Amino acid sequence: MPLLLFDGIDEPGLNTLPVYERRGGYQPLRKALAMTPEEVLADITDSGLRGRGGAGFRMAQKASFLPHGDMDRYLVCNADESEPGAFKDRELMQKNPHALIEGIAIASWAAGINRAFIYIRGEYQQQADILEAAIAEAEAAAYLGERILGSDHSLKLVLHRGAGAYICGEETGLLDSLEGKRGNPRLKPPFPAIEGLYHGPTLINNVETLYTVPYIIRMGGKEYAQLGTGSSTGTKIASISGDIQRPGNYEIEFGIPAREIIYGLGGGPPEGREVKFWFPGGSSSPVLTKDDLDIPYDYDSLAKAGSMLGTASIIVVDDSHTVLEVALKLAKFYAHESCGKCVPCREGTNWTVKMLRRIQSGEATPMDLDIMASVQEQIIGNCLCVLGDAMAMPIGSMVEKFRAELEAEIEAAREREGAGPLEEAIPVGVADEYAGPYPVHF
Amino acid sequence: MSPAIPVPRFGHGSRVPGWDEEVDLDKDPAVVPDPRTTPVPGDLRDEIERAMAKYPDRRSAVIPALYAAQQLHGWCSPEAIHQVAAVMQVTPAYLTSVATFYDMLENRPEPQGHHDVYVCTNISCSLRGADHILDAMVAAAALHENVHVRAFECLGACDIAPMASVDGEYVGPLETADAAKIVEDLEAGRPVLESKQLRFRKSADPQVAKGGEEFSPPPPEVPRADTAGLGPEDETLDRPGPTAPIELPAEEAAEDEDDH
Repeated sequence: MPLLLFDGIDEPGLNTLPVYERRGGYQPLRKALAMTPEEVLADITDSGLRGRGGAGFRMAQKASFLPHGDMDRYLVCNADESEPGAFKDRELMQKNPHALIEGIAIASWAAGINRAFIYIRGEYQQQADILEAAIAEAEAAAYLGERILGSDHSLKLVLHRGAGAYICGEETGLLDSLEGKRGNPRLKPPFPAIEGLYHGPTLINNVETLYTVPYIIRMGGKEYAQLGTGSSTGTKIASISGDIQRPGNYEIEFGIPAREIIYGLGGGPPEGREVKFWFPGGSSSPVLTKDDLDIPYDYDSLAKAGSMLGTASIIVVDDSHTVLEVALKLAKFYAHESCGKCVPCREGTNWTVKMLRRIQSGEATPMDLDIMASVQEQIIGNCLCVLGDAMAMPIGSMVEKFRAELEAEIEAAREREGAGPLEEAIPVGVADEYAGPYPVHF
Repeated sequence: MSPAIPVPRFGHGSRVPGWDEEVDLDKDPAVVPDPRTTPVPGDLRDEIERAMAKYPDRRSAVIPALYAAQQLHGWCSPEAIHQVAAVMQVTPAYLTSVATFYDMLENRPEPQGHHDVYVCTNISCSLRGADHILDAMVAAAALHENVHVRAFECLGACDIAPMASVDGEYVGPLETADAAKIVEDLEAGRPVLESKQLRFRKSADPQVAKGGEEFSPPPPEVPRADTAGLGPEDETLDRPGPTAPIELPAEEAAEDEDDH
């Protein structure tokens, strides 16, 4: 498969306008501005482009939710890439910022928007500087600003830097942060498409989604839809990291087996080790084991396997690491990043950390695993946003798939720490009634 | 049975420090500071005003404004917050609520002009020994008051794990020996660990490298050293190639050897 998004990504100076234009840059914008907004939107609909930020919602459909009429509408590009394991947007913005700017210009034309923001995470200082320089270049060349290239389309694009908060990658948390508040997610509905930034209808898209738009316009939506498989059309940047020989971003076509990505592109785990489990779509996705390596890598197949494609950030964990160690790292992260606005997430993440620590300190019994699984179950679907779910899904899947190992860990820790026999550790009255495994409701 | 890992507790078992500190009930509530009587450095005022002008609502500039004040004062000190509040015409309490939410805004005293070293300790980095790197980094910076080392959540550079962000410059993959070099480079005012800077790293995708033959040289006006395609001027370093495997930190590799 020839490269699409990564075509010439390492060309020296691609982040500057002269080189980007030499590669045919901003031609798709000219083409789009010669079409009507409806035609552009129809082209994106034909392409079947799905959001690359995690949820996989169809981009054209999201854009069509925006109400018509005379009001301030906003486009926000979500560049707050904070998902552990994800680093695709970083490379795209750093090396080819103009493609993102062009995508924003085209998408805002299609959705009738005159004001756009890029919310970039504060840690990406270099990328933000590069984007700011690129925006200035684009403005000077009339690709942004009033009446772009003499058309009816005007767009003001502002780069906004965050200051380090995972929750600001959640769309409504991002909007609050962009309005200058604490980044607490909002109650939905109303969805941002109806009432978002400054109470105006707002279209929020991930960097890679918008970055793909010029490529779709260039080749035509129908042709783009030929790439990939089923409802997962096109190509995707997959980020591979963890216990892998060649970590990095790779452009893949949807539907290739996961084994080919992990072993073929990433080189597999270090010599002498084996894949124990892997996160197919960032740290929030339920883990899959080495038996799942032949699953085709696309939205639907991964959903069928009980996980999700998410941001296509594969984290490989090999057999030299324990499940407990990874679970604790993960739970601590979500407990730290929970904004504290709603209870199941704030308490659930904290208690999960405590329960995992109990295993380490030899205080836990196998019953703790049931309680832990039950806590995860009670988080999922009960929060304002998906941060709680993002911890509950992988932790739940680890308890389910690696229960034997965790039980052995509990036993070993009890022995190591000189804890008493198991029967005495379970509270009186509970041990008799408890028939396990979960659900546990005390 | 061994005791659980102790959680720091304050008065009445609260985990929030200072929650039970005495409150001065006679004090007037904080109000929006009077810009005429609050001295604000000119540069800071200009920067905040420029930021406010970019948004339909001036409050959107809170994060950039607080960050600018932090750069000047070293941290979001009461004085820094007061100055921002005077320019933005919001209450200091509102700014404090924002400053305490975000990881990059410091709410503890830090010296002016200090260096920030964020060591990523999230999954991908910790699988490759980030905890050793953090320990080494803390030890290396122990005697350097102006080097502020923090464990940080995923910084979005798992391809160079284990990594750190040094004043915004991403470096990796790190070995424990690099910790001392980072501090040395910071003290000497040099670019930090230039051979391991992410900005020069080429794409890992082998197809990109294959297409590299078609690249033409950039026009002369293109600045150097800001994308992976260009090295710094007079580059003499031997950088890892586009698909070079990332080595495990020496310490961890040795440990693993013992295991097997």
